[in-house]
Amino acid sequence: MTEFTEIWSYLARGPLLWLTATLAAYALGDAAFRAAGRRPFVNPVLVAVILLGLLLWLTGTPYATYFEGAQFVHFLLGPATVALALPLWEARAHVRRAALPVLAGVLVASVTGTASALLIGRLGGLSDLTLISLAPKSATAPVALGISDRLGGSPTLTAVLVILTGISGAIIATPLLNALRLRDWRARGLAVGAASHGIGTARALQVHPVAGAFAGLGMGLNAVGAAFLVPLILWLFL
Amino acid sequence: MLNAILILLGCQLAGEATARSLGLPLPGPVLGLVLLLAGFALFPALPALMRPLASGLLAHLSLLFVPAGVGVIGHLDRLGGQGAVLLAALVVSTGLAIAAGALAFVAVSRLTEGPGSPGAPDDDPASGPASGAAS
Repeated sequence: MTEFTEIWSYLARGPLLWLTATLAAYALGDAAFRAAGRRPFVNPVLVAVILLGLLLWLTGTPYATYFEGAQFVHFLLGPATVALALPLWEARAHVRRAALPVLAGVLVASVTGTASALLIGRLGGLSDLTLISLAPKSATAPVALGISDRLGGSPTLTAVLVILTGISGAIIATPLLNALRLRDWRARGLAVGAASHGIGTARALQVHPVAGAFAGLGMGLNAVGAAFLVPLILWLFL
Repeated sequence: MLNAILILLGCQLAGEATARSLGLPLPGPVLGLVLLLAGFALFPALPALMRPLASGLLAHLSLLFVPAGVGVIGHLDRLGGQGAVLLAALVVSTGLAIAAGALAFVAVSRLTEGPGSPGAPDDDPASGPASGAAS
């Protein structure tokens, strides 16, 4: 038993164990997603996060130790964002034809998402600090954190809300858009990317390449739009 | 593969440096994306060179959000007593944004492209979202 404890404490300190655990948890989440007939509510990110959260809690591992290993996966977010240029390039004929609908879709999604969140929050009695932290939740994480910080919100709370927005968008998009009978992959992808950034874009890429390209476009344009729109909309609610 | 990695990281690095030095409200990787797009337009051989690496990364884009997601668990107490209102605000507003954004796209595309335009994937019923649970 002491041997196990020794090996564990050795491995638990290095990055290998937690990097492997991250990949394994995601593989399990992805397997669950497939076993459930690729239904969106069995979201692989959500499953992996819950599994890893339980594991860290059971083993008493601090997040900082976990992140030593997980940072290698986390780091790839940047290069993967750059790589979104490829689906966008391949869908360029679609994109060029749809310039006006794209701008309208991003603008409407951005304003609707921010204003309705602030309205519900205000009616629910949220503090000003919480409202400021909530406002940029649809933008991709680095942009959202920057906006929150600049306007006097809490970047940590914003980080939590950004991730939860991404996961909820990835889960509700397909049933919602099907219920609306919207069958245009461009419209579906764009709206998901604009409303729920990278996690929504990852979901759209699973569904259809054109939806994925437009989701990446929606995410990128919303990052630009949010920087200007969020302060304006927030000003109406504070 | 080595060249593809180098180009990807180079675009991100140039994007980060540009965003930082000009004080742009955009993350470096998004500017890197724009740079890579410009590269695709300038060098016709570039998309084929980047395809294996880019498709590999994007095939598991969801995985890359797991470490940040695990970080969220430790901060769930941040939601505090306002957790229920915050979650309601998040889910409802995200749903409204997706629905309104997609409807706006379709409405404007009908105005500018006319019905049955080649850009509308509606003309391929086999690829429609109704064809399977996979969507």
